[in-house]
Amino acid sequence: MSLTKTERTIIVSMWAKISTQADTIGTETLERLFLSHPQTKTYFPHFDLHPGSAQLRAHGSKVVAAVGDAVKSIDNIGGALSKLSELHAYILRVDPVNFKLLSHCLLVTLAARFPADFTAEAHAAWDKFLSVVSSVLTEKYR
Amino acid sequence: MGHFTEEDKATITSLWGKVNVEDAGGETLGRLLVVYPWTQRFFDSFGNLSSASAIMGNPKVKAHGKKVLTSLGGAIKHLDDLKGTFAQLSELHCDKLHVDPENFKLLGNVLVTVLAIHFGKEFTPEVQASWQKMVTAVASALSSRYH
Repeated sequence: MSLTKTERTIIVSMWAKISTQADTIGTETLERLFLSHPQTKTYFPHFDLHPGSAQLRAHGSKVVAAVGDAVKSIDNIGGALSKLSELHAYILRVDPVNFKLLSHCLLVTLAARFPADFTAEAHAAWDKFLSVVSSVLTEKYR
Repeated sequence: MGHFTEEDKATITSLWGKVNVEDAGGETLGRLLVVYPWTQRFFDSFGNLSSASAIMGNPKVKAHGKKVLTSLGGAIKHLDDLKGTFAQLSELHCDKLHVDPENFKLLGNVLVTVLAIHFGKEFTPEVQASWQKMVTAVASALSSRYH
């Protein structure tokens, strides 16, 4: 599965808007994830997961920054996220099903904040893009 | 299956009261067909599904979307017995429509996204969590009679 030119254009142009709210988007995404899919908290026993926690904010920023890296290198997501891919395969070992859950919560966050931009076409492009990112992050699992 | 707290029920009911089922139905089914094009397999008779704009403007998509969400809305008054409420529809989806239950999950998440677009800030993480419970429970009820 690879992104068409149109899809890449949609992602990149929306990212310009999104990046201005990157940190809060990251925090909100994780809040949504932990509330809607509580089992995902099992990967963070060492975190304070209360809304507004510094750790939540820091981690949310990290996640969104990584998505941003993928956007900036949208023609070579595999290359851009290679180290992160290894991290997830050998250290974090997050079960692959969770990437769908996180992707969904990021989409919902974007949809809520940018309703006018989140057309059906944009929705499709983002869902596909995050699916590609998820594939890259799990491609070294076995 | 999911257990709905009184708070969940109140959240779900009050949000649904503000939804235009016709518009939301068309949006939800349309987006399902756009974002997950393989779901078009069930709708050969719907005519032009050749582009995002064709799909979103297709009157059959809108009508069917309204049907689906009306059914979902009807279940909101029976959150404690979704299995019973959807028993017949479950049999229909298995025996006549031959729909893989995976599609119920996809539709549920598209609905959640449509609600987020419509309600914006009001669709808080807490509100979303109640709705995720809802769509998961509906998907489970709809697949409960599969054999």
